Amino acid sequence: MQAIIIENIIKTYGKSKDVMALNNISFNVQKGELFGIIGPDGAGKTSLFRILTTLLLADSGKATVDGFDVVKAYKQIRKIVGYMSGRFSLYPDLSVEENLNFFATIFNTSIKENYDLIKDIYVQIEPFKNRKAGQLSGGMKQKLALSCALIHRPSVLFLDEPTTGVDAVSRKEFWEMLKGLKQQGITILVSTPYMDEADLCDKVALMQNGKILSIDTPGGIINNFSNPLWAVKSSQMFHLLNDITKQDFVKDVYPFGEFHHVVMKDKSGETLLKNFVQMHQEDKMQIKELKPNIEDCFIALMKN
Amino acid sequence: MRTIKFILQKEFRQIFRDASILRMILIMPIIQLVVLPWAADYEIKNIKLAVVDQDRSEYSRQLINKITASGYFNLAHYSSSYNEALHQIESDKADLILQIPIQFEKELVKENEATLFMAMNAINGVKASLGGTYLRTIIQNYNKNVRTEWIQFPRFNPETQIEIVSSSWYNPLMNYKYFMVPGILVILLTLIGMNLASINIVKEKEIGTIEQINVTPIKKYHFIIGKLIPFWVMGLVVLTIGIIISRVFYGIIPLGSFVTIYVFAAVYLLALLGLGLLISTYSVNQQQAMLLSFFIMMIFILLGGLYTSIDSMPEWAKWITRFNPVTYFIEVMRMVVLKGSSLIDIKYHLLKMVAFAVVFNSWAIFSYKKRS
Repeated sequence: MQAIIIENIIKTYGKSKDVMALNNISFNVQKGELFGIIGPDGAGKTSLFRILTTLLLADSGKATVDGFDVVKAYKQIRKIVGYMSGRFSLYPDLSVEENLNFFATIFNTSIKENYDLIKDIYVQIEPFKNRKAGQLSGGMKQKLALSCALIHRPSVLFLDEPTTGVDAVSRKEFWEMLKGLKQQGITILVSTPYMDEADLCDKVALMQNGKILSIDTPGGIINNFSNPLWAVKSSQMFHLLNDITKQDFVKDVYPFGEFHHVVMKDKSGETLLKNFVQMHQEDKMQIKELKPNIEDCFIALMKN
Repeated sequence: MRTIKFILQKEFRQIFRDASILRMILIMPIIQLVVLPWAADYEIKNIKLAVVDQDRSEYSRQLINKITASGYFNLAHYSSSYNEALHQIESDKADLILQIPIQFEKELVKENEATLFMAMNAINGVKASLGGTYLRTIIQNYNKNVRTEWIQFPRFNPETQIEIVSSSWYNPLMNYKYFMVPGILVILLTLIGMNLASINIVKEKEIGTIEQINVTPIKKYHFIIGKLIPFWVMGLVVLTIGIIISRVFYGIIPLGSFVTIYVFAAVYLLALLGLGLLISTYSVNQQQAMLLSFFIMMIFILLGGLYTSIDSMPEWAKWITRFNPVTYFIEVMRMVVLKGSSLIDIKYHLLKMVAFAVVFNSWAIFSYKKRS
């Protein structure tokens, strides 16, 4: 069963429609799936979320959420989706409890009724329930926002960059929470600019400039990366980058942490790289073979 | 209904937590109504008069005494040179010059006729024209007195004179506060109501909460009504404070009934808040909303008939005042407070206000879009 179906969605901005935010996007999300949309800023993630949550009208194309058309049946969709927008958008002058209560009541429910769903998240901020939402720390704000988005027991949850600007520990905690929600059968569509979070999703779509580069499971995307990948390091990193770029066997090279990642054109490049290292021994060069990660795949897809 | 209740609960909470809104609602009426009416006086006083007395006779002295005794003029300069007096006007030390020529007394007695010369500084037009009128009235009065003195025995006046005696209805003592205070109260209500309403929805846009509201099943009219009612209540509170202040400080007790005032004010506030919310739905941020409502308010107030009479405006301006809710409310306030008009007397005003309220509010609901 498909929870979200997106067909040929096009969205442009600007008077002359020259800014292509979404360029013919199509994909499906299975019910109960944790689906990640990974892409840099400006990829079109937020536009897509706003179309799916009925906040924005697409220029053309069709989309349904839980079987409801986003244009015709927007009223039904607003009852069944939870949306957490990229920026904190709760009332800063209302307390934690008042915010949650307000969003519960406008969905005709109460905190009590759906407490079991938000319990794991809400207990962490419950000690501060009388504090104004504006005075919470970043991580707590995010937990409150998630609680508010969940309080009416949505069947599909849209999380637009929920972990942007949140510390590493809170990010980890947050993904743990999402896994828990998945177990409750909630379909979750989450966008993030962080590549490392892709591994935590059931399925990911890599997005750039309004286009989807690839849709697969994180493992599938990595398996599709067929070129050999090596990491290179030396005492002259900048010269190394320039030198390696000039080599014929190299398809691509880019800095990656303390190493440079070298993508070979084919298997034969490996020996050539070893030869290259032999020639530059004075630079204390180190090399090692790597298993590609999502970021390598994304960089490769981007450059294609 | 339930949804509106929860929105209202939330709005009231937010208002009562916002110290600046509460301060605005309580302190603004007090300052505006206690301080402003004393300064917003139509009567021109303390006109600086420069007298060029080239006659220096008994009659000229009498005339000057009479003028300064009126209380409207201060004798700022006294000389016998016109140029010197003109210099006083140029350096802003005098507003008016009265020149009494040589042989003023002689001619008055001998020829039964004498001329005086008056020159006014017209930079402040109101001051110049009113000052000139006052001075003319005093001189005429003086003229009559002189003539009465000369009458030795009863006889017919050779010249026919028409004397006009007026009586001011509804405000017999012409106490300007009686008609300024109700007007200022209207302005006050307009300022507070429109300002609060116009920055409200836009504030939710700015902090992003409107997105969160938009993805919920809240209906558009629920949202607008939820925004409207709290400010409507606040407006009526401000009106009540204003009425109490005008009773305590100025002894103004409306001749008409409070019911009439409150009924009209209730409808007026609906119209005004609807306009404020309309501005709010069209603006992107609070600055825009504030500037726009400020602009509209300036037009409303200057063309509202508080400071200048609508009857003396050009035809096109009169047309604008017909679409100005402030005009109607000021008129109604003065009618009820001074004349004691009842609901039946103001029924056309009321109907027009209902029309304003319906148009502005449905427009606001229409233009508030939950999706773009």
